[in-house]
Amino acid sequence: MLKFALSRLFTFIPTFIGVAVISFGFIRVLPGDPIVVMAGERGLSEERYAALQQQFGFDRPIYVQFWDYLTGIFQGDLGNSFVTNRPVWDEFFTLFPATLELSLCAIIFAVAIGLPAGVIAAVNRGKFFDRFLMSGALIGYSMPIFWWALLLIVVVSGWLGWTPVSGRIGLMYFFDDVTGFMTIDSLLSGQDGAFASALSHLILPTIVLGTIPLAVIARQTRSAMLEVLSEDYIRTARAKGLGPRRVNGVHALRNALIPVVTVIGLSVGTLLAGAILTETIFSWPGIGKWMVDSIFRRDYPVVQGALLLIAVIVMLVNLTVDVLYGLINPKIRSR
Amino acid sequence: MSDASSATARSVPTGRPGRLKEFWGYFKENRGAVMGLWVFAVFVLIAIFAPLIAPYDPTVQFRGNTLQPPAWQEGGQWQFPLGTDAVGRDMLSRLLHGARYSFFVGIVVVVIAATGGIVIGLIAGFAPKWLDTLIMRLMDIILAFPSLLLALVLVAILGPSLLNAMIAIALVLQPHYVRLTRASVLNERTKDYVIAARVAGAKWPRQMFVTVLPNCLGPIIVQAALSFSTAILDAAALGFLGMGAQPPTPEWGTMLADSREFILRAWWVVTLPGLCILVTVLAINLMGDGLRDALDPKLRRS
Repeated sequence: MLKFALSRLFTFIPTFIGVAVISFGFIRVLPGDPIVVMAGERGLSEERYAALQQQFGFDRPIYVQFWDYLTGIFQGDLGNSFVTNRPVWDEFFTLFPATLELSLCAIIFAVAIGLPAGVIAAVNRGKFFDRFLMSGALIGYSMPIFWWALLLIVVVSGWLGWTPVSGRIGLMYFFDDVTGFMTIDSLLSGQDGAFASALSHLILPTIVLGTIPLAVIARQTRSAMLEVLSEDYIRTARAKGLGPRRVNGVHALRNALIPVVTVIGLSVGTLLAGAILTETIFSWPGIGKWMVDSIFRRDYPVVQGALLLIAVIVMLVNLTVDVLYGLINPKIRSR
Repeated sequence: MSDASSATARSVPTGRPGRLKEFWGYFKENRGAVMGLWVFAVFVLIAIFAPLIAPYDPTVQFRGNTLQPPAWQEGGQWQFPLGTDAVGRDMLSRLLHGARYSFFVGIVVVVIAATGGIVIGLIAGFAPKWLDTLIMRLMDIILAFPSLLLALVLVAILGPSLLNAMIAIALVLQPHYVRLTRASVLNERTKDYVIAARVAGAKWPRQMFVTVLPNCLGPIIVQAALSFSTAILDAAALGFLGMGAQPPTPEWGTMLADSREFILRAWWVVTLPGLCILVTVLAINLMGDGLRDALDPKLRRS
């Protein structure tokens, strides 16, 4: 098992270096000199340009720059934002909890609905419920989520007036950042209505971001359940006289869960990509919106740093899923 | 003796059409897939004949008729069956022309991604171990980035336009083809018919493209259908973020972005382009499911 985990870790390292090369190379292949872009409309004198070039290290050979960049990563130094002048690393970790909170809620929403839907569909295979739920899942799977977000805003916020259109919390509430999770912080602050406000801001983004994972989980659960339900031990359990609830819920579901858990783990990439759209539409102050804003502001260090950090998060989660999967299923290890 | 030889002689020419027939037999069992095929056919026809069907030029502005509701609503007129947008362009004409862009995006992306991916995948499958490892590590690196994010950054590098969006999406989707092709190649390579071809003196290119490739096509075709819909979705998402087709191009995602500020006043300018994306993508995914059932015997049971 240790050997398996180490071998996975071993493939992680070259991938990590490759990802670093790509995010490093990004700033060099961009058309336009980042220093000129930073200077804006006013332009720069020759001396100032040379000084800035030295300050950012653009005058040194490329391999020296890359080595500095790589060592900087491990010291938590990803450069400073051109716009705010704050370290990219700090900005990322102030904004990351917002994305994490939203993603966690989305995945909880997706599992809470997708898992039972998949089980119900599999148990009622070919009947009305199955067709109905799987049509729904296919629609969710095909959904352009940016449009889905706008529709929900029109109906739920516009016509019904139930939820706010954007942001994380009402303007009248203010409290300290403790965990970075607005729902928890609002509870800790003890202010009346703060929690409800945070929650109501969270509902629509959660639904939007959770839609595609929900559909994927429902479809995966259904097919995993169908496979398990045809096994001999299920027939044995039925023959012993166990009720359908125990057979489906305990015997079948437990064994069908393994592929489902993998799918949940692997949907982190989908979530982060979805967060770009969701956060932009709902003005949710997370890393997705930060990334898009930085691209438009041509804030290269931020784009470069965020790209690297997001890829590393996805890789780490995939690695963990891989190793956990090997822990559960010994067959995988021997490959 | 003569019976046996005539039997084989008869069965050989029926091989090809029989396979197609078998495929169609499985495909038409799936009612959703057939429905998807019909919708997709209509979509393709609209994309081809848009300039003939559309009542107006999609960029012409009727300044006197801005934000006109659809004809059946109060205040609508049959002159503009689906209403007009904020600068008075006919929605129906723009939506019909939008089909062209989506279709174009899907075709171009799938062709680039599939061709590149199949060639690289074949090379990885046949190459010595070090090259294979190198190629697959490179693909892992691309796959480590969330696809939309990488496409977004690539478009930022190349400059926002529909063409660059297509290139970026193709590049991001291509590793899936590499993985699929390589996996089937590794599976096929050890089989007797490939060894026979090698013994008979077939060179590498012939072994790759003539001997092995036709037997790996099943999963690749399914992947092509699925990435067709992904390409349409991602291109629309990039357009929505202002990084794809630029206004006044009647691309569905770009149309949505243009009309965002009117969502509470004029539902049709937001609802209709999105509905077009959803219906198209849904039809292709339905078709993809049917293709998978028909082409992949292992998955056929469920």
